[in-house]
Amino acid sequence: MNCNCGGTAESTKDAALATMLAEYREKPGALIPVLQGAQAIYGYLPETVLAQIAAALHLPLSHVFGVVTFYTQFHLQPRGRHIIRVCLGTACHVRGGAAIFTALQQHLDVNDGETTEDQRFTLESVACIGACGLAPVITINDDTFGRLTPEQLPEILARYA
Amino acid sequence: MEQVTLTIDGQAVTVAAGTTVLAAARSLGIHVPTLCHDPDLTSEGSCRLCVVHVAGARTLMPACVTAVMPGMVVQTAAPEVVEARRTIIELLLANHPNDCLTCERAGTCALQEAAYAYGVRFPEAGSPLAGEKHQWPPDESNPMLLRDMNKCILCGKCVRACAEWQQRHVLDFGFRGFATKIVADMDQDLIGSSCVYCGACLTVCPTGALLDRRSIGRGRPWEREHVRTTCGYCGTGCQFDLAVAPGQQGKRQVVEVVPTAEAPVNGRSLCVKGRFGTGFIHHRDRLRQPLIKKDGQWVAASWSEAIALIADRWQAIKADYGSDAFGVLASARATNEDNYVIHRLARSVFGTNNIDHCARLCHASSVTGLVASLGSGAMTNPIADLAVTDFFLVIGSNTTESHPVLALAMQKALKRGAQAAVIDPRRIELAGQAQWHLQLRPGTDLALLNAMAQVIIAEGKVNADFVAKRTENYEAVAEAVKDCTPEWAEAITGVPAAIIREVALAYATAPAGAIYYTMGVTQKTTGTHNVMAIANLALLTGQIGRPGTGVNPLRGQNNVQGACDMGALPNVYPGYQPVTDEAVRRKMAQAWHVPPESLSLQTGLTLGEMLDAVDAGTIKTLLIMGENPVVSDPDSDHVVQTLQKADFVVAIDLFMNETTELAHVVLPACSFAEKTGTFTNTERRVQMVRQAIEPIGEARPDWQIITELAAAMGQPFGYTDVAQIMKEIAEVTPSYGGISHERLAVTPQGLCWPCPAPDHPGTPRLHEQAFTRGLGRFHGVSYLPPAEQPDDDYPLILSTGRRLFHYHTGTMTRRDPGLAALYSEEHLEMHPDDAQALGIGDGDWVQVTSRRGSMELALRITDAIVPGTVFTSFHFAEALVNRLTNPARDTLAQIPELKVCAVAVQKIAAPEGYQRPVHKRVLV
Ligand code: SF4
Ligand code: SF4
Ligand code: SF4
Ligand code: FES
Repeated sequence: MNCNCGGTAESTKDAALATMLAEYREKPGALIPVLQGAQAIYGYLPETVLAQIAAALHLPLSHVFGVVTFYTQFHLQPRGRHIIRVCLGTACHVRGGAAIFTALQQHLDVNDGETTEDQRFTLESVACIGACGLAPVITINDDTFGRLTPEQLPEILARYA
Repeated sequence: MEQVTLTIDGQAVTVAAGTTVLAAARSLGIHVPTLCHDPDLTSEGSCRLCVVHVAGARTLMPACVTAVMPGMVVQTAAPEVVEARRTIIELLLANHPNDCLTCERAGTCALQEAAYAYGVRFPEAGSPLAGEKHQWPPDESNPMLLRDMNKCILCGKCVRACAEWQQRHVLDFGFRGFATKIVADMDQDLIGSSCVYCGACLTVCPTGALLDRRSIGRGRPWEREHVRTTCGYCGTGCQFDLAVAPGQQGKRQVVEVVPTAEAPVNGRSLCVKGRFGTGFIHHRDRLRQPLIKKDGQWVAASWSEAIALIADRWQAIKADYGSDAFGVLASARATNEDNYVIHRLARSVFGTNNIDHCARLCHASSVTGLVASLGSGAMTNPIADLAVTDFFLVIGSNTTESHPVLALAMQKALKRGAQAAVIDPRRIELAGQAQWHLQLRPGTDLALLNAMAQVIIAEGKVNADFVAKRTENYEAVAEAVKDCTPEWAEAITGVPAAIIREVALAYATAPAGAIYYTMGVTQKTTGTHNVMAIANLALLTGQIGRPGTGVNPLRGQNNVQGACDMGALPNVYPGYQPVTDEAVRRKMAQAWHVPPESLSLQTGLTLGEMLDAVDAGTIKTLLIMGENPVVSDPDSDHVVQTLQKADFVVAIDLFMNETTELAHVVLPACSFAEKTGTFTNTERRVQMVRQAIEPIGEARPDWQIITELAAAMGQPFGYTDVAQIMKEIAEVTPSYGGISHERLAVTPQGLCWPCPAPDHPGTPRLHEQAFTRGLGRFHGVSYLPPAEQPDDDYPLILSTGRRLFHYHTGTMTRRDPGLAALYSEEHLEMHPDDAQALGIGDGDWVQVTSRRGSMELALRITDAIVPGTVFTSFHFAEALVNRLTNPARDTLAQIPELKVCAVAVQKIAAPEGYQRPVHKRVLV
């Protein structure tokens, strides 16, 4: 879902966006589905795409940007192939979640919300993911890893190319 | 309307249903604190500082969004209310920099006031509230506004002001939770955003988050005095307060422009020029002393020396060559009083009617055309009528840039559901918002207008009743337009026939349809005929004399309407009383205590004719007050050569400019901030201009300078006070008969002429019962192509106009550091097809050449302009477009064809070291 589908040439993506915008042009309330569609095409929402969407839907750019930055589902930066989510909810926090997060930051050389230069990983902190029994816990894509220590991380990451 | 009675803090109050609890409380004089509420914005009820206790309600209710209910019992200061307010203030202070000591807003900050009223302090270190604070860098990217989002309390008023007042939507809430902040466009610095620097956000911000950068550190609120006055830029006639504070050496200085809800035309809206463009007032270039040219050098002189010298030369010229050796250029920037006095000087001291001003270059054809058609040459309906119009045509007016605040009324009308059609060779901002854009070839307006008349007649949409009862000469127009089919017009204008038909019918069938136009119509060799064709449309359809209709020429400069009203024209005394009328002459002679024979009965020369007369040697001396013909008039090189031929030129101005350089004596005048008087705006509203600061240097108000010159010439006018001048104006001008400074002092909304008597309320709308001339008169007018057509040597059409950030020849706006920075140089607009054919790229430098001259500037490629046409403004003397323009004149109104001339464009090397401005705010 969040992968940068890759392989599609930029022009094909632009054409897909144009088709979608033509379809939604006169429809009120289309912003969220259009943003979702555009993100599915590009993998994220580049600023130029936001400007195109705003113009096509006759919406102020500031409004489009406000919506994009309000919902966590939208991304202004390219996303990695694998999304690491580190739980920093109360239980994880108490049992060393922060140390896991710091270790990942150092290992991958990125900050919260950022993507590694090779587009392999995106690191995100989240509040409780509802697996407190396993704290401290992270997820990578749809896989969950619990009762973690920082030492286990390199081996786990190596499983994701 | 239904009334509701409720009780607030034990007092019963009856208000209209739908009133908010807040408004009801305020009507009782009960203070309820607010942060996110503003009477001129929609309410969102988000800050909750205004909560009150309502008996029976489960929670405290925000007073600003709670409607009154019958029998409601409200307590505004119950203990739980006070507690809730304290908590809100505590939370806001917890994430607010502790900076009140140096904050510019201290004293007028709503947060500070609330904290003071409820005794809330910044949280102590170690308190649970003393948590993380934002550390955003302030946005100092632009010269006007300082945005410090760390001081923002997220009340959202700036977002709403930008959207609701200005329709700009630059601002919105971005991000979420603790990270929430107000963003411009995509959270960029303002300089890179779509902001137009109107300052509306700053006007409503309750805290120090938004500030006028230029007023920072220039006096606390309690040291400042506010002086209500009228904007000196465009003809919209916005009012505001000049905030003045003691500056260096204790001299009062203008430190800020503060909008006021009491301003009749604009309320609290302003444009960037009015809001921030005050930098010229204290500019170091201001003329501070009279200057006399001696051996080609400017030498400072005393007033008495300068005046004696001038009087001497004038006496000699009058003795040697007579009265008509004098020519006077009055000023559309100066007050009514200034213009009245200079007109008196021309007529009674010089004895000539050779007086004119730059109205000749903008709306001379409106005055001539509309007087012939309707009897009065001014805008027929008030700006406020846009609130009730159903359809409006905008012809040759880039309203958003030339009359920015007036354009807001148009944009609001569109938002309300009114329809509009824009007729313009460029896709100006308004064209993007209107239902129709008729992108015609420059100079073909008359073909289009006649085709619209043809459609209205052919499709049976003539308002026969109106035509029968209120007009004459219908046959003339029917005959003139009978072959002007939309298909015929399409071939000439390039506008599809179907669209012409559609727009003509939309106008004719609208319940209330209006026409707004400016120089795209008037600055043509057929300018007067164009105006008559517009009047024909209104007369055919009866779209005149009612709310929301009318023929509305938007006047360009702050007081161009007033300068015309005051008789700064060669053919009329004040109030358009003909100079050729013996009875009028006798009246004026009596008022001025001069023999009637001393006043000329012969119509004087127009601006262009005066220059021709100087050239021919019949005019020997010119008095030029606040005009810059070298830059504003067509064929600049010729104007320069002409001025050099004059024996003696006296200029009165704020600055040395391209024209004053050619004078023999230059006298320093006061700016609008330094004098009192009146301006008449485009809708004929006479409003006060009030002195806010002492004159700069030895500058004097124009009326005073001229009064002294007259006295030196042996005719003491006897004015010691500017109010006396208005008294005299009222005595001799029927349409101003009821206007006086005393009355304006207690009439904040101003007075629209005709206002014939002191108890007359003024006339916002003309021609309601009858036309000023009795019956409206149709004129059969035929299309003629512009005087100069593109050919092989000069294949493109050059058209000229204005930019939001500048005004006229730029003498004032280009001396405001902010305006100068936001729009630092001019460019030529060209369609991509033409650019490709010529092999010129965006940003390249070009030389533009006409039969008269050439200029050099950078090119901007834009598909907003019709192919075959190039466009630029006349604000920049270094890109002197009027070197190129065609002085060919309309024979009826003598207005030159500034809008159309043939040019060639050629790529050249950029000047050495040239760098394209990184940020230049371009609207089209
Ligand atoms: S200055 Fe005007 S246009 Fe710019 S953000 Fe503020 S309100 Fe909007
Ligand atoms: S910048 Fe000012 S007006 Fe805008 S939300 Fe913040 S405090 Fe309110
Ligand atoms: S719209 Fe015109 S009158 Fe109003 S502030 Fe701007 S320049 Fe001044
Ligand atoms: S002022 Fe009423 S909720 Fe903000």
